[in-house]
Amino acid sequence: MGSNLDAMTTVFTEFYYWLTVALMFLIHVGFCMYEVGASRRRNHMHTLMKNSMLIPLVTITFFFFGWWIYWAFPNGPFITGGILWDDAAANSPLSPTMGTNLSDRITGVFWAAFLLFSWTAASIVSGSVIERINSGAFWILAVVIGSGAWIIDAAWGWHYGGWMVQLLGYHDAYASGVIHGIAGGFALGVLVVLGPRIGKFAADGTPRDIRPHNPWLVCIGLFLIYTGFWGFYVACNVPLIDPAGIGGQITGETWTATTIYLTPTTLGAITVNFLMSLSGGMLAAFMVSKGDAFWTYSGGLAGIITASAGNDLYHPIQAMVIGMIGAWIAYKMHYYVERKFKIDDAVGAVAVHGYAGFAGLVIAGFVLWGHPSSPYEGYASINPLGQFVGAIIMFFVLGFLPGWIVAKILHAFGLLRIPKPVELLGLDFRTVQEQRAADSEVREAQKSQI
Amino acid sequence: MTTTGIDSWAVDLADVGAIYPFQGTEWLWLIIGLVAWIGWHVWCINWEKSYQEDKVREYGSKKKIEEALNDD
Repeated sequence: MGSNLDAMTTVFTEFYYWLTVALMFLIHVGFCMYEVGASRRRNHMHTLMKNSMLIPLVTITFFFFGWWIYWAFPNGPFITGGILWDDAAANSPLSPTMGTNLSDRITGVFWAAFLLFSWTAASIVSGSVIERINSGAFWILAVVIGSGAWIIDAAWGWHYGGWMVQLLGYHDAYASGVIHGIAGGFALGVLVVLGPRIGKFAADGTPRDIRPHNPWLVCIGLFLIYTGFWGFYVACNVPLIDPAGIGGQITGETWTATTIYLTPTTLGAITVNFLMSLSGGMLAAFMVSKGDAFWTYSGGLAGIITASAGNDLYHPIQAMVIGMIGAWIAYKMHYYVERKFKIDDAVGAVAVHGYAGFAGLVIAGFVLWGHPSSPYEGYASINPLGQFVGAIIMFFVLGFLPGWIVAKILHAFGLLRIPKPVELLGLDFRTVQEQRAADSEVREAQKSQI
Repeated sequence: MTTTGIDSWAVDLADVGAIYPFQGTEWLWLIIGLVAWIGWHVWCINWEKSYQEDKVREYGSKKKIEEALNDD
């Protein structure tokens, strides 16, 4: 930190990312409330622990190798270049910059912001598979997406030098595809192998409604996810950078906030567009679901997710309309896939994150057609084909396929699904019996004192 | 003697980098971390399996399952 301006910029940036991490914690609180609310009483505690324990597992593995992957693989490798050993070495668990280091104040908070995205990716999958997956199997899947699949997609399509940005003009400023599309696709891949909960479908294939035991808790959980989403959005930006720091084609000395691609935007723009796409999603979802609370809240989320690819640039009313389209697609696709393919997605995660994220990427390709994807020379500009190919890569190649393959392997070893009697009894059955026995013993002891 | 490389703050901070203890042993800590992580997964899968087997043995009769479903 050579000058006061450098010091202010560094400390501001350090604090900025730190704040996003604290806000993004609320996403996880929301996911836990939402999942527990959606599960039946006999599965509460296991459902809570399944989601909670992905936190330590994804955290340590993201430290061990996830962060290294992000900096090593922007070129594929071998698509636009080789492995970026030097960049990766500075972000490996062996690097002095990963510990307390007075000459580097940014790497740690930047790592943490990315880590919270990793939790989100894994947590999206967690909700869809409740009440029948082995926790141990889920935690392996959580590491695969949280510290593997998603961070490869980030290196490819959410890095200023990513090959998808260079060759396809891929633009996904607030992660329609790189978080939501991939997580939805991954969840679908796991669900195909895992199968539905017992009783979900009638003998003729008609789906039955397994209601959340506590719709109120589900909705408050979704509300908390909205709150944490503010942190997610601002964490996707570089808060303050000068054109010399970017080193691209931008001229002059006007400092700016940028996206992860170092393309200029403003915090004001993304704040308005976040709210407008949320509103569009809620309005459409309320209408299409005839006022269902769960789908109205989920529709708000789907609205934000659909507009996220281009919310750095959209006009607010465009963000609203795109949010409406995304919520409508998520609702319709959820029930279509459920009926047609007998997929039991307990919380609609594949629809709200996967289909809405996919649609958001494709829409951005048309609405932002021709806009530069990067401040650097030689990159493709944003275009519909590049966005469509990008959506396929996110949802199917890095999402569905790894989820399906790893679930198949776990299934082959008999590790994926809980035994049928355990599913029927409920995952918490034994604990509840022990608690009842303990309560009864205390009651008898109290009665003996009358 | 210091484990951090800093034995006095009479320094220009511009010249100071990493200050965590035992610098140079990062490989060792990484191996410990990886073993702990893999070991945890192995323990967890075995524990969960035996927990479920015990549960099925104790409560897995048709009568018990029917009672549990009626009680839900």
